[in-house]
Order: sequence, then structure tokens, then C-alpha cells
Amino acid sequence: MREIDVAQVTGAVKELCINTNIYLPDDVKQALRDALEKEESPLGREILQVILDNHGIAEGEKMPICQDTGAAIVFLEVGQEVHFTGGALEEAVNEGVRQGYSEAYLRKSMVGDPVIQRKNTGDNTPAIIYTRIVPGDRVKIVFAPKGGGAENMSEVRMMTAAHGIEGVKDFVVERVRKSGGNPCPPIVVGVGIGGSFERCAMLAKEALMRPIGEPNPDPVFDEVEKDILRRVNNLGIGPQGLGGRTTALAVHMKTVPCHIASMPVAVNIQCHASRHGEKII
Amino acid sequence: MKTVELNTPLDQDKLAELEAGDKVFLSGEIYTARDAAHKRLVALLEEGKELPFDLKGAVIYYVGPAPARPGQVMNSAGPTTSYRMDVFTPLLLRSGLRGTIGKGPRSQEVRDAMVKHGGVYFAAVGGAAAGIASSVKEAEIIAYEDLGPEAIRRLVVERMPLFVVNDTKGNDLFEEGVKKYRRDD
Repeated sequence: MREIDVAQVTGAVKELCINTNIYLPDDVKQALRDALEKEESPLGREILQVILDNHGIAEGEKMPICQDTGAAIVFLEVGQEVHFTGGALEEAVNEGVRQGYSEAYLRKSMVGDPVIQRKNTGDNTPAIIYTRIVPGDRVKIVFAPKGGGAENMSEVRMMTAAHGIEGVKDFVVERVRKSGGNPCPPIVVGVGIGGSFERCAMLAKEALMRPIGEPNPDPVFDEVEKDILRRVNNLGIGPQGLGGRTTALAVHMKTVPCHIASMPVAVNIQCHASRHGEKII
Repeated sequence: MKTVELNTPLDQDKLAELEAGDKVFLSGEIYTARDAAHKRLVALLEEGKELPFDLKGAVIYYVGPAPARPGQVMNSAGPTTSYRMDVFTPLLLRSGLRGTIGKGPRSQEVRDAMVKHGGVYFAAVGGAAAGIASSVKEAEIIAYEDLGPEAIRRLVVERMPLFVVNDTKGNDLFEEGVKKYRRDD
């Protein structure tokens, strides 16, 4: 048994809120630089350069990369040997979000009642928290601020065995085509297949956490990812949707077993500011 | 494709010269509004009441900025996705609005209304929010403070970099651009 004071969780979440919103992961920056080299559209290149320049300004001025500092998505992997002390775990996470978003002047983008009143909660809480119990005595916190524009372009579809892998590919490509310039391309496309209605959506979001350039561990799906990426970039949508050869930086898939009657597929769209980070306690 | 220096309030003749693909540096007063503020503005118009700012020749920027730090005029302030405002925009154009700034394409209804009333839609680079903030020289909340980031702000911008997406003749840079770079599988 290892005791961890939840104040440590609050501190880690606060730091992740601030850092992920200011500093983009190196793999994403590199993917954007590679895109600039390859982009054929002059306007597309100009836009990619503006995006890359913006990273430097954000880091230099300690300003968020994007004004949409996102819903606070938190993945917790809690070792089963851990015993939390000092308060409730989820409240500790929310306190970290509250402190991080307030102290770093990040935008508070959550509304309480989502339909009728839509009143801003004022501190970007509640976080959207997913907790898994895993072996060990450590706590891994993955934090991903998720912007609304790209999230709105996502979709879950209950497909069936008859659709096969070609049906999945067509669905993903069609989803990207319909999204056009809305989700701030060049995008990262997260695809989750299997499980159930809600599980495939989770997989799609988890797939976005994989570093760009790291291959899919399954060689078959690695080929599928490459094929979808090629097709997506042939759509011509380009940076910001204004035309070009870079519509997506990467397609990442994750699969799990599912029921014999089902083939749930989720597509989670991520803007070019693919922000995420992790901390282990 | 040309580069144009443009000032607000927008002049109808100057707007008519703009073409999809032109680069524009916009200077002057503009107003921020997103979903919640649009709902209120349109409700006011439908009730025949006065708006918190003059729509004649006005420009609305679809943005909810990050809160400014002490001593900072504007924190990160990039465009939000425009289609969510499409349902409100034709009435605003009919009432005098001439420019909108956002990201992503507009509906056919909005495009038709722009042709009819001589309006233009500009794209700012989404996600380039820290850079865009430097072109904002003044900012103040003028309405709906309760909406937080969605409050209406009066901004004074200096040479804000934009692209003309929809001009007054019905051209659309999204359609043209995508057509040019699309390849058959």
C-alpha cells in the first residue's frame, strides 16, 4: 500500500493544465514542420507558417496556443496499491483544473446546464474524468484540453460486420470530408473500433494521445491508418480548409473486441493544436 | 489575389472590390460575438429593440478570448467555427452588418445574404490565437458580461491579418481551394 495525498494530484493537474495549453508536444510541432515542407498550396504554406509562428509566440509570451483552452479531459490510471488520503480524488482533479485555468488566465469554456440555461461554470470545471484501476502503486495522469470546434466534428456509428474494413475507411474519410475547414485542419483523426457504443468513443479519444510518427503496434491497422491518411489528404481540404494537400497530420486507430452482432466505430477529430501531456506520481 | 488595407466601418465600394483569396489587413473598431450573444442580438432585432452597438457597416469577430492578464490588452483570441452563427447571420446582414470573421465555411443562406446585401466573410487562422492577439490594441466589454468569454467586446484592431473567403460576388475560397487540390484515389 502506498499513500498519496490528493493534494499531489491537484498540483499535477494544475501544472498539466497550464503547460499543455502553452507548449505543444514536439511530435505535433515536427509534423506541422514536415507538412510545411510538403504542402503544395502557397496559401496552405502561409497558413502553416502562421500556425508554427504562433507556437513560438505562445511559448515566449506564456500565452495559450489557442483561446479555446478546451474541456479538461483527464485520464487517470490508478495503481491498485494506492490509497488516496486528504480528500476525494475527483474533487482534487477539479481543484487542479480550477487553479490551473484561473492562475494561467486560460479560458473557462464549460456551461453547467448544457441545454436550457447554459451558464458558464466560471472555473472550467467539471473536468471529464476517466479512471482505470491498474496494477502497481503509481498514478498516471494524462491531461488533454479538447477544443469544441474539432470535437463537434466527431461521430459514432454502429456499423456491422458486413461493412468490413472498407466500410470503416469510407466512414472515416466521409467524416473528414464533411468536417471540411470547421475543425481547424490539419487535423489528427482518432478512430476507435469495437467494444460498445460508449467504449469505441473512448478508444477514439485515447488514440489521439499516441505520438505522431509512432506506428500502430498492429501492422495490419498500421497499413489501414496509412491508407486512410492518404485518402484524407487527397480530399484537398488543406490547412484551415482553404485548399491544400495537408488535411490530416495522422490517423490513429485503436481496437478492442466486440459483440458478434456489432462493429461500433467512432471518429474523434482533433485540431492541429493537439495538446496533451502526462505526469506520473 | 491582392493585399488590401481595410478600415471599419466598412465602405460598400471598397467591399465590392474585394475578391475571394485576397489578403486583408483590417483596422478599426470591430465587435466580438459568438453563439450566446448572437441569440440575444437576434432576439432584440426581432423585438424591434436597439442593439448594444451600431450594425451599420460593422464587423463581427466570432471569438471568445482567453481572459487578459493584468496589464495585457488581449490574451489569445483566435476565431471560432462560423457555421454555428449561420442561422443568425442573414438577419444581421439585412440589418446593416457587412463583415464577419471566423473559421470554416458558411451556409448557402449566409452566402446568398452576403451577395444580396454586399457583405464579406473573412477567415482568420484558427488556432493561431496568441499571434492574433497582438493586432488588438483596445478591448472593452460593452454587453452581456454575464456570458463571460461570450460577452460582446468592442475591439480596436490594427492591421489584423485576414483572408477574404466569401466576396460580394458569391465566390467561395473553400470551394475553389478544395477543388484545386483534390486528387482522385
